[in-house]
Amino acid sequence: MLEIRDLHAKIAGTDTEIIRGLNLNVAAGEVAAIMGPNGSGKSTLSYILAGRSDYEVTSGDILYNGSSVLEMDPAERSASGIFLAFQYPVEIPGVATMEFLKVAMNEQRKARGEEALSIPDFIRKVKEAASDLQIDMAMLKRPLNVGFSGGEKKRAEILQMKLLAPQLCVLDETDSGLDIDALKIVSDGVNALRDPKRAVVVITHYQRLLEHIVPDSVHVLYKGRVIKSGDKSLAVELEENGYANVIEAAA
Amino acid sequence: MNVQNKIIKTAAEEALIEQFSNSLGSLPGSTAVVSGRDCNFAALMDKGLPTRRVEAWHYTDLRKLLQNIPALSNSDNADAVATLVAGSKLVSILNGKVASIPSLPKGIEIEKFSEQLENDTVDAVFAETTFDDAIGQFNSAFVKDGLAIKIAEDADVKELVELQFAQSEGQMHSRLPVTFAANSKATIIERHISVSDAQSLVTSVVNLKLEEGAHARWIIVQCQGASDTHLGQINIDLAANCELELYVVNAGGKVVRQEIIAKVDGSDTNLTLRGVNLLAGDTHTDVTLKLGHNQPNTNSDETFRNVLYDNAKGVFQGQIKVAQIAQKTDAQMACNTLLLSDDADFSAKPELEIFADDVICAHGATVTDIDPAQLFYLMARGVTEKTARGLLVKGFVAEVVEEFDDEAVVEALEGIIRDWLNKNG
Repeated sequence: MLEIRDLHAKIAGTDTEIIRGLNLNVAAGEVAAIMGPNGSGKSTLSYILAGRSDYEVTSGDILYNGSSVLEMDPAERSASGIFLAFQYPVEIPGVATMEFLKVAMNEQRKARGEEALSIPDFIRKVKEAASDLQIDMAMLKRPLNVGFSGGEKKRAEILQMKLLAPQLCVLDETDSGLDIDALKIVSDGVNALRDPKRAVVVITHYQRLLEHIVPDSVHVLYKGRVIKSGDKSLAVELEENGYANVIEAAA
Repeated sequence: MNVQNKIIKTAAEEALIEQFSNSLGSLPGSTAVVSGRDCNFAALMDKGLPTRRVEAWHYTDLRKLLQNIPALSNSDNADAVATLVAGSKLVSILNGKVASIPSLPKGIEIEKFSEQLENDTVDAVFAETTFDDAIGQFNSAFVKDGLAIKIAEDADVKELVELQFAQSEGQMHSRLPVTFAANSKATIIERHISVSDAQSLVTSVVNLKLEEGAHARWIIVQCQGASDTHLGQINIDLAANCELELYVVNAGGKVVRQEIIAKVDGSDTNLTLRGVNLLAGDTHTDVTLKLGHNQPNTNSDETFRNVLYDNAKGVFQGQIKVAQIAQKTDAQMACNTLLLSDDADFSAKPELEIFADDVICAHGATVTDIDPAQLFYLMARGVTEKTARGLLVKGFVAEVVEEFDDEAVVEALEGIIRDWLNKNG
């Protein structure tokens, strides 16, 4: 489903290359974990997948369901089924969360040539999804992410993911800032979305999240490249021994 | 040798002089009122329309901006439109004339100002204009009608009252003396609309007086036409233990100046001022605030949000004076601008004059473009760039109207913002 080929990318307007020849394949139904030390390019990769303009792809390609996404803007990528759960969800004052959800769901439906949701249908969908994530409807009346606690922000991200039902989910350090209970709720939310037709890329520092969301493959990112791939046992090994051995072996 | 520096009158000034002399004898009022008109007009014309040289008008050169003046008279064919908030009590002023006053909720009395002009009770209103008060002078010279409003002592008027000024063409000069008697409470919407594309010129002066313990909520919604001039002024007197929530939304007009002159003359009084300026096209909009804290323990909190497109020009002048005895004053002023065009221009001039030594006063002015991180976040959820920008702009201004404690009013104000953005955004 996702095929990244020899990707090179830099910060737009500078010569700072962050992704340096990255290769990665993730199949439908697969949950791939991307781990790596600080500054290895994990979050940058997630932003590049979502189409953030602060980064410029200089060579290589990102294929999603066989076609390149590089020419698509973030909204087009999202409408085609790519979803990024942000490490730091952005606060949007003055825009109620419900209003935002309605606009986002309907814009995506419009892009796919579907009719807008009726208001009762919309509210029913949100209520169902919110109750699974233990989100209070009162929270959704508040401006998007404004004054949300760390846990509320992450749950709101997973709520959006559920409602938008993407094919490719990219979770950028979804575990950061979560206590154990919130981690469980969020992980259950993600696990509920596991599907043979859906791929999930989990970016994380720690193995802890991968105990809840068990990956099919684990990839170690270092200096903008995947230096080692393996199954879930690789994550356990990293947790025990740190990154040094893997980095040394790859050097 | 003496050099006579005679200022050459502009076409607009010539037109005003002609209109004023042609209407001598036809403008309503007692003898005192008539002489008040003469004095005010003479004072206005003595210096001419204000220019950049007048400090208070430094960013709004009215002499240059006001290029022509529509006819003084106008037809009678302006019609009222539905109230902004369904179910409000509608009092309409059509092309400057008060239509019949409907039966009003208990506790509120409204009289036609034209009737008051004929007796001597309004003399004080006419004497009040100061030497650099061009709007007051202009209005006093030509005022024909308006509304005298009184909220009775201890009354709590739940029903909204909309004062609807609908203008199709020509000029409208209205005066509104308003008194909230002790411990009264009411919400009033002052709404200015244009019902045709023809040019009009409006001056509107409100004298709002709050007696002890009163709670007033006053909302000015200015949605005039693309060729209109709007010169508004609200003079506010606050006694002790009062609460005033003043909302000002500008979403129309070609040349607009709204003056807010407030005197906090009683202790333990709170003033909340929220403003939204939606500016586009080739327009000029100025909001000028002069706020005096004259007694101890008073709070004021002003937030303005401005959005500019195209060639729009915007001005905010905010002056806060804290008198020496006004200890424990807490005054917070913010002016935030979203500048969405390279050709748009916004001038913000905060001014604090503090004579007391135990006060909290702060002011801040920001000018920004849309935050790329917010834009990316919304687009990453499939919202197209155009819609995402619209949402962010709406959110930026809607945030200040959302504070109003009446959902129907908030929805109505958000509706104005939404309609304006659909048209201009």
